[in-house]
Amino acid sequence: MSGKPRLTYCNGRGRMEPIRWLLAAAGVEFEEIFLETREQYEKLIKDGVLMFQQVPLVEIDGMKMVQTRAILSYIAGKYNLYGKDLKERALIDMYVEGITDLMQMILMFPFSPPEAKEKNLDSIKERATNRYFPVFEKVLKQHGQDFLVGNKFSWADVQLIEAILAVEEKIPAVLSGFPQLQAFKIRMSNMPTIKKFLQPGSPRKPPPDECYRETVLKIFRK
Amino acid sequence: MSGKPKLHYFNGRGRMESIRWLLAAAGVEFEECFLETKDDLTKLQKDGSLLFQQVPMVEIDGMKMVQSRAISNYIATKYNLYGKDLKERALIDMYVEAVIDLNELLMTHTFQPADKKEQHFATIVDKATNRYFPVFEKVLKDHGQDFLVGNRLSRADVQLLETLLMAEECKPDILVKFPLLQSFKARISNIPTIKKFLQPGSQRKPPLQEKDVPKLMKIFH
Repeated sequence: MSGKPRLTYCNGRGRMEPIRWLLAAAGVEFEEIFLETREQYEKLIKDGVLMFQQVPLVEIDGMKMVQTRAILSYIAGKYNLYGKDLKERALIDMYVEGITDLMQMILMFPFSPPEAKEKNLDSIKERATNRYFPVFEKVLKQHGQDFLVGNKFSWADVQLIEAILAVEEKIPAVLSGFPQLQAFKIRMSNMPTIKKFLQPGSPRKPPPDECYRETVLKIFRK
Repeated sequence: MSGKPKLHYFNGRGRMESIRWLLAAAGVEFEECFLETKDDLTKLQKDGSLLFQQVPMVEIDGMKMVQSRAISNYIATKYNLYGKDLKERALIDMYVEAVIDLNELLMTHTFQPADKKEQHFATIVDKATNRYFPVFEKVLKDHGQDFLVGNRLSRADVQLLETLLMAEECKPDILVKFPLLQSFKARISNIPTIKKFLQPGSQRKPPLQEKDVPKLMKIFH
């Protein structure tokens, strides 16, 4: 028993990736168990380890935590990435939830039918450049600080840098109208814990490919 | 300026109902501003009131809060419905997130095309009775307490009650195999603030009727 948090999920980004980002940003080492077969997943259910029969599962501090947001909130709270008071938490929550809506589009993208892919990509681009990125560009411009909330590194910053990089993978020039976000991206990428996470060999997972998509469908029979 | 929270949404449950429940359970009076037409939504978007151009939006404590989870988190913390420490919050969050998943299924039932409705109904019943209700039945059985977490009323209790009632609207005998959830339902419904909210004339909204769907589509699409 190493005492490190233990993550159980498929060997890919999916709903676990924001959790990997947050733990990494907080400088917390973790272990991973990868689901590769349906049998493995069914065994977890039979063993009663998954409260609602779903992953992500994170074993942390004696708890078997499920539900992505519950896990993220716990980690943010534990490692002081959740603001200093209720009002800062409110801002962080609003920003994180908005970004999560954008990330949801990216999450579902590999599972959309081929004929819908171009339209979905356009939607991602439209939402990123018209609805979400302008908000954070303005926030950074208005307070002129390095971080989104309270002049201090928080969960909101981690979620935003993850989203920026994920959208850029699909739409490389997406930040071209957003100078503050470009500077934010460089600044966050250079923070020691995040820099380490962005290096090859880290627990960061690559973008979903056909193999990942098939594994997910096989295990969860969507 | 009354100082009361002001809720901006259409005159129906949707993503605002859980927030109404929480405020009501906390004994907090609130005002509502209903979107009736697309112009109402556009006006809010144009005057910069909606951070991501979406409702729900709740004006509270000098903030224009958006994102239903952010709003619920704030209200739950402010009115001491979020547990006493990080571990209780973790439990509450796990329960609430699951309840939200079931809520989504229940909420989207009215929007299902006619040929998918029966299958969707079967999914609701299956998930409710096989995935979600057994967990809460067991939690209550294992600790024998009146409330889900920490022997004290929390948002988990409020949101579970909301969902149990919605599930019963969908299938009236859906709790037949869950005696502890039945007594939980009776117990939490009798808490004075919640009892008041469950009475006619309160700000609780009725289920969405199919005839109201076109009007809703006009506002949001």
